[in-house]
Amino acid sequence: MDYIDPHIHMVSRITDDYETLARMGCVAISEPAFWAGFDRGTVDGFRDYFRQLVDVEPKRAAQYGIQHFCWLCINAKEAENVSLSREVIAMIPEFLDRPGVLGIGEIGLNKNTRNEAIIFLEHLQLAINYDQPILIHTPHLEDKYQGTRMILDMLEDDSRIDRSKVLVDHVEEHTIGEVLDRGFWAGMTLYPITKCTPARAADMIEKFGPERLMTNSAGDWGPSKPTAVPDLIFELRRRGHDESLIRKVVYENPIEFFSNSRNFNFKAREEGKTAV
Amino acid sequence: MPSPKQIFDESFLTMRSKLIDIAANLDRIDRAADGELSDDPRRARIDEAIDILSAETSDADRAKRLQQLFSRPYDVKWRREFGL
Repeated sequence: MDYIDPHIHMVSRITDDYETLARMGCVAISEPAFWAGFDRGTVDGFRDYFRQLVDVEPKRAAQYGIQHFCWLCINAKEAENVSLSREVIAMIPEFLDRPGVLGIGEIGLNKNTRNEAIIFLEHLQLAINYDQPILIHTPHLEDKYQGTRMILDMLEDDSRIDRSKVLVDHVEEHTIGEVLDRGFWAGMTLYPITKCTPARAADMIEKFGPERLMTNSAGDWGPSKPTAVPDLIFELRRRGHDESLIRKVVYENPIEFFSNSRNFNFKAREEGKTAV
Repeated sequence: MPSPKQIFDESFLTMRSKLIDIAANLDRIDRAADGELSDDPRRARIDEAIDILSAETSDADRAKRLQQLFSRPYDVKWRREFGL
């Protein structure tokens, strides 16, 4: 089954992973801007990183027939540095018209501080000014519920935010209902220890249904499994779910959400045509 | 949809393994040489979590309740505290 991974950090993975993803049925990925494992020092560091997302990664992905899309921001962890964050936010528009740039993300909260909230709000303003979709990171572990509620408060405070253009990612059992009930898209991340398993994601699909729900691997430089979405496909099949439900979550929903962006130039595999 | 027995049969060994892991971790803490955990609030939360697992529920919401147990509380007045 063709699938799309809507949240994976390929800049931190080797090229062999693109080959593995292609062999497992991945036809497209979306890569949000994230924390590199250290705090960057200058806006030029971010400019170079964005060039890597926009120019380099699509070429690496294309070697294996995978279409690469990306999101831009300064992530929640580095948002604690307000002055640097404002420089990065001012620089982002340089890239918004580039092919494959889908919107602003992954913005959010990390430890739910005042500075993080200020920069989250300034990213929202940027997205509104340039009519961009938004991809949101919710905090890890004990910070997730509090941070998700704060994020939803900030989103709901602004009536200009179009909820059909907002994906709230890394939802788990105690946050998924809050996100879906308010009309946003929700992403379940299949990541060891700090997030969800394929079995728990399948449980949530069974409880809440497939509408406005996506799943991703968030594969990055930490211990993670970039092939986690196929694991969920396998689990749902094992439970006897229809191919149509599975395809909706792992393929049709990402296409529907990403189609909010004018730079989403995805081409589906043609019937009967051999691709990679 | 599989029956409860089918699901239980499939998951029994995994549950057993994870419960033994928890037991072994608690034993390892007890055997450790230095000090005690009596003041660490997280230790009490582990016991509460075990209570949640063994309590009756009609909502199939144990996972959600455990998540809430291990979460920082949400304060509806957070914006006033931040001056936002």
